[in-house]
Amino acid sequence: MASTLTIKDLHVAIEGKEILKGVNLEIKGGEIHAIMGPNGTGKSTLSSAIMGHPKYEVTQGSVTLDGKDVLEMEVDERARAGLFLAMQYPSEISGVTNADFLRSAINSRREEGEEISLMKFIRKMDSKMEYLEMDLNMAQRYLNEGFSGGEKKRNEILQMMMIEPKFAILDEIDSGLDIDALKVVSKGINEMRGEEFGCLIITHYQRLLNYITPDHVHVMMQGRVVKSGGPELAQRLEAEGYDWIKQELGIEDETVGQEA
Amino acid sequence: MSTETKLPFDKEYVNSFSKEMGEPAWMTELRVNALDQAESLPMPRPDKTNITKWNFTKFEKHIVASDDYASLNDLPEDVRNLVNLESADQNLYIQRNNRPAYISLSKEVMDKGGVFTDIFTAARDHGELLQKYYMKDGVKVDENKLTALHAALVNGGVFLYVPKNVEITEPIQAVFIHDDKETNLFNHVLVVAEDNSAVTYVENYVSTVDEAEGIFNIVTEVIANANAKVVYGAVDTLAIGTTVYVNRRGVAGRDARIEWALGLMNDGNTVSDNLTNLVGDGSYGDIKTVVVGRGKQTQNFTTTVVHFGKNSEGYILKHGVMKEAATSIFNGIGKIEHGASKSNAEQESRVLMLSEKARGDANPILLIDEDDVTAGHAASVGRVDPLQLYYLMSRGVSQQEAERLVIHGFLAPVVNALPIEGVKKQLTAVIERKVR
Repeated sequence: MASTLTIKDLHVAIEGKEILKGVNLEIKGGEIHAIMGPNGTGKSTLSSAIMGHPKYEVTQGSVTLDGKDVLEMEVDERARAGLFLAMQYPSEISGVTNADFLRSAINSRREEGEEISLMKFIRKMDSKMEYLEMDLNMAQRYLNEGFSGGEKKRNEILQMMMIEPKFAILDEIDSGLDIDALKVVSKGINEMRGEEFGCLIITHYQRLLNYITPDHVHVMMQGRVVKSGGPELAQRLEAEGYDWIKQELGIEDETVGQEA
Repeated sequence: MSTETKLPFDKEYVNSFSKEMGEPAWMTELRVNALDQAESLPMPRPDKTNITKWNFTKFEKHIVASDDYASLNDLPEDVRNLVNLESADQNLYIQRNNRPAYISLSKEVMDKGGVFTDIFTAARDHGELLQKYYMKDGVKVDENKLTALHAALVNGGVFLYVPKNVEITEPIQAVFIHDDKETNLFNHVLVVAEDNSAVTYVENYVSTVDEAEGIFNIVTEVIANANAKVVYGAVDTLAIGTTVYVNRRGVAGRDARIEWALGLMNDGNTVSDNLTNLVGDGSYGDIKTVVVGRGKQTQNFTTTVVHFGKNSEGYILKHGVMKEAATSIFNGIGKIEHGASKSNAEQESRVLMLSEKARGDANPILLIDEDDVTAGHAASVGRVDPLQLYYLMSRGVSQQEAERLVIHGFLAPVVNALPIEGVKKQLTAVIERKVR
């Protein structure tokens, strides 16, 4: 049975300032959703709040995964419940190898005594790295340390493919990628497609959606989803920009008033 | 203020102890004179740590009786993991409190004319060689009260001598076991690498008693002559209640290299003074230190590199984790003497605090008396980065596991530098136990 991630009337504040002002969204297993919108409209805040970033405070509303209250869970519990966030700025962790970390992450989902065997793990990691055209030596490098922007993004996708979450949120996975890297990253995401996998892609460029066809496209402005549609909506945004939506909805400043 | 101290052992005792051990006259004399000096010399003054109330001089026993180990299988569990139980052809010295309890010398070392033996045997059988280096260019007897007291009362230790042009491929290992609560150890380690030689030495200080009030006054001297290379690894895990003064000193000749990898994991109060003198032109010193402090212990870690030679390079890297109510001072000193042109002094100290009550200070100091040099320092004291934890936890690992990963990663640069796999594993296990 496909899972459902439901976001209802979500309000989120950072340092006392409200950024999200009532977001509603439902994502089912098998669906790919894209959230688009100009800078400063709350897109990244949404992804951070769903995952449980320590700086973001949910002031109202709910997030549930198959009826279970996600907001009650610690960050690691959310991950084990099936959520995954490919971060815009992944942390660098010195002294912890990519491979060791991923094995810990996979084993955290398994019972004691049921850990993934080392051989099986290595085979899986090698094959996913090859699929993403990554240098196999990166398995033994420290987590994200000294990685280029593109390498970090690929590494986020690698983690997603290894962990196989129910829902992945990809926060600007395409920013800073050249066209070849973009194709590889898209290939990884498409490989995950299936009834057991739902995905929320956050981007402000349409070009990623040339490689990944979303089932639903949403536009965020002023901390809310202001328009939803199918893949044709993304194409229209690419061709015409956001002004027509602002006019249609009578919005003058689409941001939530963040500086810059 | 008078620094006179009534010492628990007198000249007659020292004299007769030395004779009983069959030591040559020069050593007896050195001991007796040192005892004289110990009475009046001042205590060492580690910067920013007050040790005036620490007991380094009052104790009951100079020697405790311990048995030999008939075989390596008789070793305590903690020690068995450190050593290779199977190999018959290895360089391994095991000391039990004051007693040389096991020694094995490889064919390689014997064939190449190397010496590796306990300090008493060295004094008896290699007296002249020992005299040439013992407390001469490294640590001097009269540096302070504790070095003098050490010289007077040495009751354990090891001598490693690598002749000219000899490279010893297998690491040399020493384990100093503390299994008697009444032990007080004045341990002397002397490593001499003659011109163009190379050796790796690794030592462990291991307490198998849970708590003891013993005094540990440890002096290490590493002499690396021209173009020699010495890699020196150490893991100290002395028990809570002990009071430790450990002075590890290196002297590097022309183009010589000394690399230290020190895991300072004592549970008692500790003063660790690690100084490397880069005497020769083109000499090189690399010092990596990791520390975990816990409980209520107070520790001072002073790491110094002094550049005398031109084109000398010194690198200090210290990482410390402080938890509970532990207090630690990390002093890093890079000193470039006048004339040591084109030298480079670099240091980095990082302290990670795991509790509100823990205290840690990193003090980088550069003292430069020469214009044509490069130098740099970095120091930080902080807490585990919440964003790192968030990132790791977002992949499903628990907060505890995430913290463990960050801490191990933080200490990894030094742990990975340890040259013996078993010792590396042991240090990892010790860290695991201490940070949990």
